[in-house]
Amino acid sequence: MFASLYNFAHWLTENREEAEDLVQETYLKALKGFGSFQQGTNLRAWMYRILRNTFLTSRTGLSVKMTDPLDLEDDRAVLPVTSDTPESVLLARADQQVVQDALERLPVPFREVILLCDMEEMSYQEIAETLGIPIGTVMSRLSRARKSMRELLAARVHGAF
Amino acid sequence: MSCDWGAKLDRYVDTELSGSELTEMEVHLRACPACAADALSRLQMKRMTQAVGRRFSPRPEFRLKIEQSVGAAQRPWWAGRWAAGFAAAAAALVLMLISAALWLQYSRGEQALGELADLHVSTLASANPVDVVSSDRHTVKPWFQGKLPFTFNLPEVQNSPFKLIGGRLTYFQQSPGAQLLFEVRKHRISAFIFQNRAELNRLNSGSSSLRRKLAFSSETWTEGGLLYFVVGDASPSDVYDLSELLKSAARS
Repeated sequence: MFASLYNFAHWLTENREEAEDLVQETYLKALKGFGSFQQGTNLRAWMYRILRNTFLTSRTGLSVKMTDPLDLEDDRAVLPVTSDTPESVLLARADQQVVQDALERLPVPFREVILLCDMEEMSYQEIAETLGIPIGTVMSRLSRARKSMRELLAARVHGAF
Repeated sequence: MSCDWGAKLDRYVDTELSGSELTEMEVHLRACPACAADALSRLQMKRMTQAVGRRFSPRPEFRLKIEQSVGAAQRPWWAGRWAAGFAAAAAALVLMLISAALWLQYSRGEQALGELADLHVSTLASANPVDVVSSDRHTVKPWFQGKLPFTFNLPEVQNSPFKLIGGRLTYFQQSPGAQLLFEVRKHRISAFIFQNRAELNRLNSGSSSLRRKLAFSSETWTEGGLLYFVVGDASPSDVYDLSELLKSAARS
């Protein structure tokens, strides 16, 4: 879990030193508050939640909260893809670097939900526990995050960035 | 997207559909090429994100620093009345690290299996799924001569429900391999065969194992220095039976 936590922290902070500080603080908080961890509940979600809450109270995290004008409470379902460029074509043209660039450009709330789902392979329930939001919000946020990702890929493939 | 199923595709690729929803979705995907293509694209995007996401590794000295700082944070507890609590916390930490290592290993194996399942789906989506088209194993096997640094045996499937469709050369993680396509009751199953190199070991959990994910059944095992991976949307019993035929052929 240590390597995974560090990787996630680096994606959030976009900076090695801050990621290291974040992971260190997370471990110390986890040890200090281990008594509050309820046996039988999800340890991984608990650790990630500590890390994310610590990030949100950090200087970088606070600036993210201030600069991401997302309507995160919007539970409405996102309609299926209607992009002019089929995803299969986008993916065929996109290499790993392009996907990485698109992921980096996503706002943090979108980036984190995609990483928890696709990279950490967390269930919607685990993501809900980690982010402290209802499952319905996880689904709608994930759907909108992926839509943004596709739009960024399309822009990149068409040379917009 | 011309139908209402698109809204469920994210839940499908994230394996979040319930049993009955999954069955309905599978039936729909067989009948709707648009949704099937969309599902495949979303799956590919998920795999690509997964590969790209594992990007940052902690420095060894940072790992050491964490161990030291965690140790320092715990030290006063040793001397105090909370020794039992500390012992429990330390044991939990060790347990966490061990389970994390196991989980990471499992996760990497699952990713490799997913990539091979994607190869199978991509093959089916191709207009020319196989390079050598023949139901005769004595035609298909020799076709690979000179193309692969190893050879393998193919089973006789005449008296079984399986039909050999053909084969193609494939590559997985810089390793050349054979992909053999079989049909059973209109379902298609791919059998991948690679040299059992260290880089591919994470595919194999040590013994023959049957898995089911995203409605695909798969089985993987090693035999005679070769790594086998069988995957398809047929029932687990069909995948198992074909795997047994391949194992018998390999031992003969």
